[in-house]
Amino acid sequence: MASAPSKLYADDVSLLVVLLDTNPFFWSSFSLPFSKFLSHVLSFLNSILLLNQFNQVVVIATGCNSCDYIYDSSSATSTGAESGRMPALCSDLLRKLDEFVTRDQQLGEKDSLGPTTSSLLSGSLSMALCYIQKVFRSGPLHPQPRILCLQGSTDGPEQYVAIMNAIFSAQRSMVPIDSCFMGSNNSAFLQQASYITGGVYQKPQQLDGLFQYLSTVFATDLHSRTFLRLPKSVGVDFRASSVFGQPQTDVPSASNVK
Amino acid sequence: MNNGDGKRWNGGGEEDEDEDEDEGSGGGPDGWQITYADERSWESLQEDESGLLRPIDNKILYHAQYRRRIRSLSSQATTARIQKGLIRYLFVIIDLSRAASETDFRPSRMVVVAKLVEAFIREFFDQNPLSQLGLVSVKDGVAQCLTELGGSPESHVKALMGKLECSGESSLQNALDLVHGYLKQIPSYGHREVLVLYSALSTCDPGDIMETIQKCKNSKIRCSVIGLSAELFICKHLCQETGGLYSVALDERHVKELILEHAPPPPAIAEFAIANLLKMGFPQRAAESSIAICSCHKEAKVGGGYTCPRCKALCGLTLISSPHLARSYHHLFPVVPFDEVPPSFLNDAHNRSPRSCFGCQQSLLNPGNKPGLRVSCPKCKQHFCLDCDIYIHESLHNCPGCESFRHSKSAIASEE
Repeated sequence: MASAPSKLYADDVSLLVVLLDTNPFFWSSFSLPFSKFLSHVLSFLNSILLLNQFNQVVVIATGCNSCDYIYDSSSATSTGAESGRMPALCSDLLRKLDEFVTRDQQLGEKDSLGPTTSSLLSGSLSMALCYIQKVFRSGPLHPQPRILCLQGSTDGPEQYVAIMNAIFSAQRSMVPIDSCFMGSNNSAFLQQASYITGGVYQKPQQLDGLFQYLSTVFATDLHSRTFLRLPKSVGVDFRASSVFGQPQTDVPSASNVK
Repeated sequence: MNNGDGKRWNGGGEEDEDEDEDEGSGGGPDGWQITYADERSWESLQEDESGLLRPIDNKILYHAQYRRRIRSLSSQATTARIQKGLIRYLFVIIDLSRAASETDFRPSRMVVVAKLVEAFIREFFDQNPLSQLGLVSVKDGVAQCLTELGGSPESHVKALMGKLECSGESSLQNALDLVHGYLKQIPSYGHREVLVLYSALSTCDPGDIMETIQKCKNSKIRCSVIGLSAELFICKHLCQETGGLYSVALDERHVKELILEHAPPPPAIAEFAIANLLKMGFPQRAAESSIAICSCHKEAKVGGGYTCPRCKALCGLTLISSPHLARSYHHLFPVVPFDEVPPSFLNDAHNRSPRSCFGCQQSLLNPGNKPGLRVSCPKCKQHFCLDCDIYIHESLHNCPGCESFRHSKSAIASEE
């Protein structure tokens, strides 16, 4: 099926909503430590804010038991506005992230479901889309929104319907979903998301240079992307996941009534 | 008002006649009167409790209408085990008779209907990706097929906009006969539907329309009518016999609502809908550098194409991409309507309500730090603002609160 129609962007002001995967079961066994990963991401976020004075960045953490807003560059509480210096992105973000991870872990202790390899991507995608709708309602002069998923956990098949709903809503609102996937196998959900909404899917090969991948592929605003050759998707896996989470099939049956 | 001023104010061609006949006496309506009559600005005011006039608060009104709609949909679905038809074959019959040039909808009924049908076509394919639509127009007593049943919104819109002129009489029977001929050939798993947009107050039929209505009923075609002028017995009878919906529009906004009501799948008539399992294939998208023979163009093509999973070439299996099918899933798992949080709960000092909407972080406080109007999800108990409520139920179909908490998911799974 065709990917999203391209929209004509008049300027390069962007709103970047970053969905940060904080699943401890993934990060504890991953080659790149979470702290190093964060330093790449923080430099990247600062560089986005430097590209244009009107750019906005919002960070939502995707945990294993909950999702929450971590940082919003346009909120009045970010310091530095009065003194004229750069907003202190690092300290606010790190403090809130720390609180989030502690809360997320405590929520996990209540349930005895065992370790889960997937994080709640459908939740953070839904929250990101609600935030973006609020930005659309704010008037004719608004930054062009896009979503960037920094994900490493595997796809949770129970989230298939919710993620597809979010993808179609993003496609209708013309919000591209970019994905930087760091897990071992490709994520079918994120590949489909980027293909359908017209975003970019990338699986970085060398994680020591993550900042370079982020700044060359994902930092460009939507208007300037027409002038760049960004990575194209190769062989997107379109097979259906059964609605009830069974293994994917090539020739399933569809009912004509509900 | 002297003649010179009258000429300056009047814009349209209709006023020129009056000008010539009643020079200087101002017998016909002057331009400023016509402008006021058309705009009907008094309709946007209402009285409050003390009798003072104030403008209507559109946001609250819009939200109230949306909540009524959601409540009626959810009550229908729960009281009866209603099945929905997901594969629909719908014909839209547009009345382009002389009555369609009436200007009670600005600029004319025909233009308004054309714009709304375009919006409807896009919404229809968005909500029913597996369905097909066709357009029929009625002009000078003759029904003509503008486009045959097909799945491409662009071709329908182009055909519609290409031929917008109205004249003559309308003929309901000819239109229904034409549509019946096409819909008879549809396989039994498809739902056959007709939507008539009727502006005229009469119909000029060559034979007995009751026979045609009976034919449609026997072929299980569900006919709905949206009247743009007044209620007609024959339209009401048609809809009652075939199980469709008859509504008459009050104004432009109402017509839009009525048309878009037909976009989501209608409840299927139980004995007519035979639930079948249809085999469909999910093609694999080949890599950019592979070479294969394209089955529709019959030539070798390089690049990203799709291959049939069963035979890799051509075997008659209906091919569909899983995202296409997934567009219909939200009908299977709708979001529960949110409840309004009563002001008594908010004003109670013991309850600490969240200060911002869970979805968009919009402040839920009124000026003065008092808790403002909000809704909450009955499952996850999170609070949302009114705009997020509308967005979640009409477009997103996911509750961000329910999706963001894992133990709420497992609680729901264990209940089922």
